Amino acid sequence: MRLPIAVLISAIFGGIAFLASPALADTTSPTPTPSASPTVNSEPVTGPAIRVRLLDQQGGKAGDNPPPVPGVTVTVSDSDGEIGSAVSNDMGVAVIAIPGTGRYRVTIDEDTLPAGVKLTGKQSLSVQVNLGTGANVAFPLNGKVVKVTPFSERLVDGIVGGIKYGLIIALAALGLSLVFGTTGLTNFAQGELVTFGAITAYIFNVIVGMPVIVAGILAVIAGGLFGWAQDRGLWRPLRHRGTGIIAMMIVSIGFGLVLRNLFQYFFTANTKSFNQYTSQRAHDFGMFDLTDKEIGIYVIAVATIGIVTFGLAKTRLGKAMRAVSDNPALSASSGMKVDGVISSVWILGTALSALAGVLLAVNSQINFMMGYQLLLMIFAATTLGGLGTIWGAVWGSLIIGVITEVGPLFGVPSSIKEVGALVVLILILLIRPQGILGHAQRVG
Amino acid sequence: MDFASIIDAAFSNAFGPQAIVFALAAIGLNIHFGYTGLLNFGQAGFMAVGAYGLAVTVVKGDMPFWVGILVGCLMPILLALVLGVPTLRLRADYLAIVTIAAAEILRLVFGSVEMKSVFGGSNGLTGYNEVWNSLNPYSSGLDLGFASWGKNDLWSMTVGWTLVALFCLLTWALMRSPWGRVLRSIREDEDAVRSLGKNVFSYKMQALILGGFIGGVGGMFYAVKQASVVPSDYSTNLTFFAYTALLLGGAARVLGPVVGSMIFWFLISGLGEFFSQATSGVDPLFPNWFMTDIQASLVRYILMGLGLMLLMIFRPQGIFGDRREIAIDGR
Repeated sequence: MRLPIAVLISAIFGGIAFLASPALADTTSPTPTPSASPTVNSEPVTGPAIRVRLLDQQGGKAGDNPPPVPGVTVTVSDSDGEIGSAVSNDMGVAVIAIPGTGRYRVTIDEDTLPAGVKLTGKQSLSVQVNLGTGANVAFPLNGKVVKVTPFSERLVDGIVGGIKYGLIIALAALGLSLVFGTTGLTNFAQGELVTFGAITAYIFNVIVGMPVIVAGILAVIAGGLFGWAQDRGLWRPLRHRGTGIIAMMIVSIGFGLVLRNLFQYFFTANTKSFNQYTSQRAHDFGMFDLTDKEIGIYVIAVATIGIVTFGLAKTRLGKAMRAVSDNPALSASSGMKVDGVISSVWILGTALSALAGVLLAVNSQINFMMGYQLLLMIFAATTLGGLGTIWGAVWGSLIIGVITEVGPLFGVPSSIKEVGALVVLILILLIRPQGILGHAQRVG
Repeated sequence: MDFASIIDAAFSNAFGPQAIVFALAAIGLNIHFGYTGLLNFGQAGFMAVGAYGLAVTVVKGDMPFWVGILVGCLMPILLALVLGVPTLRLRADYLAIVTIAAAEILRLVFGSVEMKSVFGGSNGLTGYNEVWNSLNPYSSGLDLGFASWGKNDLWSMTVGWTLVALFCLLTWALMRSPWGRVLRSIREDEDAVRSLGKNVFSYKMQALILGGFIGGVGGMFYAVKQASVVPSDYSTNLTFFAYTALLLGGAARVLGPVVGSMIFWFLISGLGEFFSQATSGVDPLFPNWFMTDIQASLVRYILMGLGLMLLMIFRPQGIFGDRREIAIDGR
């Protein structure tokens, strides 16, 4: 049984409030009991201070009056080291004095969280303190229940979560794989295409005020346009100039760097959410729980992957894409418009990546780094499945997703669960260098 | 607008310790990418094992500083062996993905909560620097008017630039030797070299070890220069920036990575200081609705990304490079 419950952390300084949301576990007692007797910081702090407030959101069920979480050690540090720490009191508030304005890092000591409450996301956040200016900062801490459940149930739970994660990766990996297949480019800006989808959907949803579903569809269309524009404005001219594959790969690193910083420039470094589907109650399916939005993610991802793979196998355009990917010169001499096919590959690939971003944003939240953090998983998935193969990208993604989520059950530290998937990638390449579904290609 | 401080920031960093870190990393990458054509995207990992090799040995192992230096030299060699065996027989892009994955694994493990007792978690490790500081012969800093450094920086720069010079000399000597010619031929046409009876795998492995070792020395230098090892310093961006520095100066040129790092830091610091000044103060040059001070700190990275793209498109050989030397193609 898994029940995502959030602890709201708000660090308040002057007019600034920082919001967050991690986790708790116990399903029977909503208010967790502290593991250690709370040594309340009774000394009144005068002058500038960071106030961290820990509230138990109980997966959105706590309503307007969530219970506080006492007895948790919170540490504040800056670039020179630790400044101070405090233990949250009965009100769930910890106050740490700071020397003045600047950038600070607020860290929660996970060992002091009450039994059952656990953070699986970031345990620390960076806080910019600007005197006089008021700004609200929200950041996510995804939580997971640690309740004594049978191993089999945790395994099923991990697999179900892993498949969801894998399906989202698969959409982006399909995009990467299509572009790699037809142009040979390993696109290091692929992660930013994922972020692009999420941020565009956020703009349509929160700023324009459309429902998430409409915003998501518009974001996917915008993704397609972005893909087309990218090919016309950047990659096609480079191909015609005869720029080498490696040079193009480095161009994509630069392009990713530009996009990532532009996202941060306009979207800021804060993590934001859509105004719908943020917290939902999970349905109990016996061995595992799923919320409505998770079911939606499954359906949309499976349907999209099904349509795309069917289209590649059966339609005229799909066959043209595979032909170009197999042998561009022969396709051109057979009368195909290779540039046109590559254009449609970019449109499809970027739209798929944008969809991955929208689904990832619905699943958790939106951050300018979200795609970049996914990039390595996308690479791992496509390499595992076999670079350039369509089904390889899908299977590779599912394997990577499941290993990531199931790994902690087999001893992978849960704070770095991605490591498990990356190690498996390297091990599989040792045995099968061409990937699971790739064709053996003799290189040396 | 205080132009003096912009110039000071630009020159201080162009000759300062940070440029040395990048120069060492880029010299290593030059051997990998410039001379052998290996796409190592995990140079940050080599640097991290060097730095952590030193810090863990001294702080957690309670060993002398020089033993730490020795371990820090051995770790990157070990990493090169571990990474090279599975990937050097594969196509170039596989090496890229495996090295980037390995570097990320290392960074995550070094920063993990579970391994905090060994690697110090996200706060990293400190307190291995006493011997280094005690050897510092300088008693005061240096101010040249257009650039200034503290006494610790001066000491780091003395050692650092000596290392850079030594490794440049080594690269120069190696690359004009028969061994270096084999490396270049591997970059140009692996199969041709193999048909001449050379063991390409072995040569590639030697190049990976040498470049990784130089990167590891760069990592150790990074560690002693700032007296702390923090996992977030060794992110993939470090590798990408080192590549930018290398390509800026010119790959497959002995002094390319050194000049590239200096120009890179000159521009990064100068632009950073310029945009920071342009957005601060009571009446900033750029109004707040146009650019806040947080946004100002990002502009230089946007420009750097654009610069990297334009460089690769219009002058892939960099400033000093020879176009014929970098006509490599991984496919």
